[in-house]
Amino acid sequence: MAHHTSGARRRFRPGRILAWTALALLLLVTLYPFVWMLRTAFTGNRAIFNGDYSLIPADPTLVNYSRVLGHATAEESIAAGGSGAEVDFWLYLRNSVIFTLAVVAGQVGFSATAAYAFARLRFRGRDTLFAVFLTGLMVPPIFTVLPNFALVRDLGWLDTFPGLLAPYLLMTPFAIFFLRQFFLGISPEIEDAATIDGAGKIAVFWRIILPMSTAPLATLAVITAVFSWNEYLWPQLVGKDEGVRLLNVALGVFAQSSPTSSPDWAGLMAAASLQVIPVLLLLIVFGRRLVNSIGFTGIK
Amino acid sequence: MTLTVGRPRPARTAPPGARRGKPAGDPVVAWLFLLPALIGFTVFYLAPTLRGFWISLTDWNLLSDPEFVGLDNYRAMLADDKFWNALRITAEYVVINIGTQTVLALAIAVLMDRLTRSVLVRAAIVVPWLVPNVTVAIVTLFMLDHNVGFVNHILQVLGFEPQSFYGDSDQAIATIALVNTWRNMGYTALLFFAGMQMIPRNLYEAAAVDGAGEWTLFRRITLPLLRPVTVLVLVVSIIGSFQIFDTVAVTTKGGPADATRVIYYYIYQKAFNEFHMGYAAAMAATLFVLLIVLTATQMRMLRASSSDLR
Repeated sequence: MAHHTSGARRRFRPGRILAWTALALLLLVTLYPFVWMLRTAFTGNRAIFNGDYSLIPADPTLVNYSRVLGHATAEESIAAGGSGAEVDFWLYLRNSVIFTLAVVAGQVGFSATAAYAFARLRFRGRDTLFAVFLTGLMVPPIFTVLPNFALVRDLGWLDTFPGLLAPYLLMTPFAIFFLRQFFLGISPEIEDAATIDGAGKIAVFWRIILPMSTAPLATLAVITAVFSWNEYLWPQLVGKDEGVRLLNVALGVFAQSSPTSSPDWAGLMAAASLQVIPVLLLLIVFGRRLVNSIGFTGIK
Repeated sequence: MTLTVGRPRPARTAPPGARRGKPAGDPVVAWLFLLPALIGFTVFYLAPTLRGFWISLTDWNLLSDPEFVGLDNYRAMLADDKFWNALRITAEYVVINIGTQTVLALAIAVLMDRLTRSVLVRAAIVVPWLVPNVTVAIVTLFMLDHNVGFVNHILQVLGFEPQSFYGDSDQAIATIALVNTWRNMGYTALLFFAGMQMIPRNLYEAAAVDGAGEWTLFRRITLPLLRPVTVLVLVVSIIGSFQIFDTVAVTTKGGPADATRVIYYYIYQKAFNEFHMGYAAAMAATLFVLLIVLTATQMRMLRASSSDLR
């Protein structure tokens, strides 16, 4: 046995070095664009067009961030290569945070009650209804976006938060499916004991099921937050107005308003890097949970 | 779209609803619990799906009343070269994206499986997937810029000509496909990685004792035992891949010379730039049916391949 092990080890050693090199290379390719984005955000636009590719910019500057955050005057920003029409970052950040928090709270909350009803409560047509809900997973968003746009317009909700939030707020088939799977795994004996003690179904859900489910609820909340933060098609359609414009939409507009002959790359990279910060915060706080939950349930 | 991989759930002794003959009970509470989700589903999934099919049978510009035209939109669609072109470009995108993404993700998953359990490595590899599509589009626009892009800088250092990538009608769709491969490969690798954790370690050890090399281990153990997971991952990623929109909308807007007008973007243009809602809905309905057929086919493959590990 010892002979085999040492033989195997000797044989695998160069292979392992090669494998580590490959993994390191893949990680480099994965992360380097973000390093380069940050590096450029601290560079003046003129230096970009001078052909300086050093990792540390020769003449680092904060002007791009002060432009994007609205601390620079129009003259300053035009001098730095901007278009003068700048991104009102704080307003868009506020909008994006409101949007994301509302979607997370609504989807997780309402999907939890529905998932509990599907997992544990008894009523006619339950399994049929659940199957119908699941078919919602199959519908491509572009198909429902057309009628939903007409509906939101007819309600007079274009360029309002209700219009922006309405399709996301009450449920997604995925969230219900995800939580139902977990609720099904909770031993019914626990609930039976509480029911015998006289607790109603609502009390059981509120005082026993929810506290037992903080882990999957948190996982779902993190995943939902990532998806809401990424949402683009619907928000750029019904949230064009400045007052409800999300960061994503604003970045798209910023990219398109930048002159194609000499784009405001430094400004764009500064804005893009600010968009990435919340993602990194999420990863730092919830990294282990997130990474492990991708093992548990894959979503797209 | 969902798929559940790994981590068996706690065993249940009875199927739901068949619990020790208790009287069927709490409909009032149940419907109360269901009410918000039921409203959400009815108003924003069920009704628009039905209405979408209805719109596809009408001529409607969003302003006047819709006018019933039967199957005219579908007939026009089948005769529309741009529609077929959009489908062809989408197929091209899906093939390049899914092909490269699946191979790279498998490679990353195997490397992680053989080398490290580190959460840090797994978190790092998934970063691009966490970043919004719009941000990825803007960052890669810069990285791949013809004049000042870092990738072209590297190409020139290596002695190649600089490329236009997004700006070249021959390269644009492949560029978008590979950018999204870059964004999704780490995430997909984590799905494969999770699947690999279900493969018993002693199979590898036994085979290694018999003198099998890494490639043989991969071919003879990992790949066959991972097949159910692979099929599930493919189903989910192909459906996602067909819905490519954000990157196109931010980078090329369907250009240059229509080279990246994928089906999602064509539907969007018809609906919201030209206000041909009926025509757009007909194409969306066709895409919907196409995805259902594709999924059904793949699920049949899944069922045919599910007996490998157990």
